[in-house]
Amino acid sequence: MRLRVRYFASIREWTRLREEEVDLPEGSTAEALKREVERRHDKLDNPEGTILVAVNGGFVEPTRVLRQGDEVALFPPVSGG
Amino acid sequence: MITVTRDDFSVDEELKRLNKPTVGGFVSFVGTVRAESEGEHVESMEIEVYPEMAVKQLEAIRGEAMSRFGVEDISIIHRYGDLAVGDNIVLVAVSAGHRAAAFDACRYVIDELKKRVPIWKREHTPHGARWVEVGRPDKV
Repeated sequence: MRLRVRYFASIREWTRLREEEVDLPEGSTAEALKREVERRHDKLDNPEGTILVAVNGGFVEPTRVLRQGDEVALFPPVSGG
Repeated sequence: MITVTRDDFSVDEELKRLNKPTVGGFVSFVGTVRAESEGEHVESMEIEVYPEMAVKQLEAIRGEAMSRFGVEDISIIHRYGDLAVGDNIVLVAVSAGHRAAAFDACRYVIDELKKRVPIWKREHTPHGARWVEVGRPDKV
C-alpha cells in the first residue's frame, strides 16, 4: 500500500522533506512506518529520539494498523501555547 | 470558535463576540513571546503548525471543556509564523454564567493544548535556533 507521510518541525528538518510517499506491505503498523522512515533517512539527527505518529489527524498507538489512503504524520513532542 | 492564523488578535473583540445576556463573566488566557527561555535570551520566535490536525485537536479540546465545565462558549486562537518578543501567541477566552467554571475551563484548554495540539516553537537565541519539544498526549 502507498501512504502519504507528512513531516513537521525537527522531523521535517531531519528528513529535509515536507512529505513523501512510502510503500509498505498491507497490514503494516505505525511502528513499522516509523522504522521505514528511520531507515530511509539514516542520518538521524534526532538525539531525543521521540517521534509521535498521527493518522488522519489523531494520535495513534504504535500497534495501529495502517490502511491505503491514510494520511500519516511524524513529528516531535509539541510545544504550542 | 477555533482559529489558527498568522494574524494578531484583539482580546476585547473576542470577548465582545462571546458576550450575551446569559454570560456572567469571562476568563481569558493570553500567551506571549517571552525574552528568556531556559536561561537564554530569546530574540524572536517561529511557530510551525500542522493546521488540519491542530484544528481537529482544538475542536476536540473545546468540546471536552464545554461539556465538562458547562460554560457558555470558548474561543481559541493560535498564531503561527514569525513572532517578536512581546507578540501574542495564543488566546483562550471562556464565557460562563459563573466564574468557577470559566477559570476551570480556561485552565483545562490551555493545559491540554500544550500536550496534544501539533504546534512547535522554534526560538532564535544569540547561540542559534532551537526547537522547543515538550508535550505529548497522556494517552492515544
